Amino acid sequence: MPDTTPDTNTDAGPLIPRNRAAHPQVHDVEYKTSVPRSPRWPLLSMESTPSEETGPRFGHDILGEYDNNLILNWTKGAAPAIGERIRVHGRVLDENARPVPHALVEVWQANAGGRYRHVKDGYFAPLDPNFGGCGRTLTDSEGYYEFLTIRPGAYPWPNRGNDWRPMHIHFSLFGHSFGQRLITQMYFEGDPLIDQCPIAATVKDRAQLDNLVAPLDLGQSRPLDYLAYKFDIVLRGRRQTMFENKLEGM
Amino acid sequence: MVQKLNSLVESASQTAGPYVHIGCMPSYAGNAGAYDCEIGESPIAEGAKGEIIEITGEVIDGTAWALRDAMLESWQPDAAGKFPGQPGADPNVSGFCRFAVDPDIGKFTLRTVKPGAVTTRNGAMQAPHISLWIVARGINIGLQTRIYFEDEDNSSDPLLARIEQKNRLGTLVAKKSGPGQYAFDVVLQGDRETVFLDI
Ligand SMILES: [Fe+2]
Repeated sequence: MPDTTPDTNTDAGPLIPRNRAAHPQVHDVEYKTSVPRSPRWPLLSMESTPSEETGPRFGHDILGEYDNNLILNWTKGAAPAIGERIRVHGRVLDENARPVPHALVEVWQANAGGRYRHVKDGYFAPLDPNFGGCGRTLTDSEGYYEFLTIRPGAYPWPNRGNDWRPMHIHFSLFGHSFGQRLITQMYFEGDPLIDQCPIAATVKDRAQLDNLVAPLDLGQSRPLDYLAYKFDIVLRGRRQTMFENKLEGM
Repeated sequence: MVQKLNSLVESASQTAGPYVHIGCMPSYAGNAGAYDCEIGESPIAEGAKGEIIEITGEVIDGTAWALRDAMLESWQPDAAGKFPGQPGADPNVSGFCRFAVDPDIGKFTLRTVKPGAVTTRNGAMQAPHISLWIVARGINIGLQTRIYFEDEDNSSDPLLARIEQKNRLGTLVAKKSGPGQYAFDVVLQGDRETVFLDI
């Protein structure tokens, strides 16, 4: 019953150190904004402490009826958003391949025309009056989550002379530890813009980038209603051992 | 050939992008009402025990420009060093705050309770600190750091002790700027670069 272990129990093992090679290169000249915003000095590595092993927890009390339905949530169910209806579903697991139950999954995305409902987005694709562009849900006891949305449009952005973001959905994840915090993006199978995108290309390990591309999942699609895409996410795990003790020499 | 490990690789991070606020702080993005209840609006509720403090600062890039689009999250224990959920923790301290820099001037303010010291599993006492996580366009993986306090005894903190260049220690320590007021900048790059953590 490992999942019932209190997450504040500091005897449950330290967080597994991050493998930085599995993550984007922080300073990448092709993604220009990363140049002035990336640290130059090495990070200070240390075994995790309660400050990283504990973390905020969220319950169903914060969720509204339509929070996991981006087709309907902006109008509180009154009118559906414009676009290709899709269901995104998957599992949140940890590095030990265990499900992460009750993980808060937050998503945000552009509308079908590639426009965000954000004061700073001035792209001339129009806003959809029925689409807000954010949603959230909690994973169930087996780590599963799902939401309904519309397929976001690709959009141009100022970087190199002619850069376009592939269709993508932004994901923010809380596991049980603050040290597990992760923000990432989901791409769509078959999108030719993925291989042209300097943000996707910050991930130098091709297998790791492929893991951010959700396959079409016809079996989970609903005939005459929506297509499905499957997107699993892996968060940091904790070392599992009975041998946690004082460090050698202490 | 050998046996396969049963482990998975953590999903790769991607930048939070310029529009992180629509997903995480809808009101800030001009979309108030998207959620009935936004998370992390304050790390404390009325009645939290301890000293209420305000930490103000900027997130500064390698050209010395203060970012206008950064989002930050903080996580901390209560004034007695207990995290939410632990026995005896202050019920008025959620410990978690999500905040953004001002889009016009780039300043942030964190109003919270001053945290207590926390013991590690090895029995070492960590000086009072707040964990900080910073994301923004151009930051490809969220940056972790800590806010310590100049008016606390930081001399035996195990993390600070590991910093070889003692001239960089100050980047993790909030300076007292008035009663209950502290100043703490996050410097992403350059001569005053903050010590970022890999914990
Ligand atoms: Fe985006």
